[in-house]
Amino acid sequence: MAMLEVENIHSYYGNIHALKGISLTVEEGEIVTLIGGNGAGKTTTLRSITGILKPRQGHVRLEGEELAPYKPHQIVYKGVAMVPEGRRIFARLSVSENLDMGAYSRNSKSEIKADLERVFELFPRLKERRNQVGGTLSGGEQQMLATGRALMAHPRLLLMDEPSMGLAPVLVESIFEKITEINKEGTTILLVEQNALMALSIANRGYVLQTGEIILHDTAEALRTNEVVRKAYLGIT
Amino acid sequence: MATAVQTRAKRTFRIGRLIRPAIGVVVAVFVLWRLYTVLASQSFGPDTWVRFAISGLVLGSVYAVIALGYTLIYGILFMINFAHGDVMMLGAFAGYFTLEAFNGAGFLNKNLPSAIISVVVAFIVGMSVSLVISIALERIAYRPLRTAPRLVPLISAIGASLFLENVAQLTFGVARHTYTNPEVIKRNIGWTLMVGGKEVLVAYTGVLTFVLSLLLMIGLYILVQRTKMGKAMRAVAEDKDTAALMGIDVDGVIANTFAISGALAGAAGVMWGLHMGVIYHYVGFIPGIKAFTAAVLGGIGNVPGAMLGGLVLGIVEAVAPAALGMPFQLKDVLAFSILVLVLIFRPTGILGEVLSGKKA
Repeated sequence: MAMLEVENIHSYYGNIHALKGISLTVEEGEIVTLIGGNGAGKTTTLRSITGILKPRQGHVRLEGEELAPYKPHQIVYKGVAMVPEGRRIFARLSVSENLDMGAYSRNSKSEIKADLERVFELFPRLKERRNQVGGTLSGGEQQMLATGRALMAHPRLLLMDEPSMGLAPVLVESIFEKITEINKEGTTILLVEQNALMALSIANRGYVLQTGEIILHDTAEALRTNEVVRKAYLGIT
Repeated sequence: MATAVQTRAKRTFRIGRLIRPAIGVVVAVFVLWRLYTVLASQSFGPDTWVRFAISGLVLGSVYAVIALGYTLIYGILFMINFAHGDVMMLGAFAGYFTLEAFNGAGFLNKNLPSAIISVVVAFIVGMSVSLVISIALERIAYRPLRTAPRLVPLISAIGASLFLENVAQLTFGVARHTYTNPEVIKRNIGWTLMVGGKEVLVAYTGVLTFVLSLLLMIGLYILVQRTKMGKAMRAVAEDKDTAALMGIDVDGVIANTFAISGALAGAAGVMWGLHMGVIYHYVGFIPGIKAFTAAVLGGIGNVPGAMLGGLVLGIVEAVAPAALGMPFQLKDVLAFSILVLVLIFRPTGILGEVLSGKKA
């Protein structure tokens, strides 16, 4: 059974038909990427999975269980965490309070502590800055914090929305390394990226979105060599 | 045409820049001049000043407790809960009827423990009633309007305020009710301080009010800063969608915030009754508006700011009429002048931070 199964969802912003029948699956242990231009519906797809935006039609299933009846905060308890677009860290909370909020859905103190160690191991910079207020971190550090915060929920499925946005190329590379590392430790990842080249270099499979529809679906390998993708999203002619 | 408009805009801008300092100078000169005349005339002895200061501290601590409710709700929903003062009024009535009942049963003044129990129960009942009312307000009057423009819940709050006042008037009548304090904390007894050879009464109810207010403020501060619930409240205040993505039940946290605000207002109501003595259906209005002023003065949305603002406003209100040689009836005018001055000179309040575009 697939970890995540999205079947023919239609989502709207008011009257705007943003997703026109998106279907995708993510198997356990995979990194799957959604690529596409601005307004293609990548973020909307993630919002529809987390329940912040409820699809009007179609199904979202996590390990076979329909997610539609659950509120966004209840879906976190099912094992889905998200690194939102633009990082959205709590600027007035300290780094460690931000991480505490990530672990909000959990109760075992010892497990939380173990995960905190793991996050600090992954991002030593966060440990140095744990008493600093989130808003004073640099962009790269904020991305680390947003990622660490999502990991504190100990998710089985991690949704990441544009982790490379606004970061210097060096930082982008290190963030992608961390994503691979997180995945190797057993977290399934659904990655939304505009930086298609980077995303396809670490993903197992990819979906290409355009104006609310999936126009291509293949292994990352195949997508990288696909003529359409190369032209439209990789900037290679 | 374009240049004419431009120069006019420039000129008004220039004059506008002068207005603030001019008002500042006028106010400062006026205050200093009045202060000097009053102090030079020595119309009040030191005992009077101490008396004013004490009454200001007590009043201020009640304002602070009410102001916390405004600030908590503003912090999380960016709305002014104008019905908050009426939540306090209903808490005051709940405490009143509790004490009446104990008195009627002959329990209130039986002995010291029974008096203590009565007062504690009055506080618990007052706080619980206000807590329930506050949660109900959120459910009925505000939650359905969560996504509406910001003016809409404000109007709903004013409506809720009028509704509660009228319900209270219909239920309890227009008569003024006098709180029945236990004999041990009658309003006119207390410790006596000797200041400048004259006696100054420090009423037990005043001390009780002040100490209890401080405890409530400390408790709230710890709750907001240290507990998981408090952190969740702060997270929700900052970003509701992201908070939900952390697994925080946003509606639950908002309901909790209203519950805490309500309980604080209820405690303030009972303190008001015990110390001031008289309550009626409209008793929450002025303290409510004053506490709102206090919250703005301290920086709305800021918890220590509300505490500081409340104390400052209480002291100003008690001391300023005498210090400026004005009739005491003008104390409300002075309190609200502070609101105007704060809005002119420091719109963010004493401890406030600059509002981000999202909140402003």
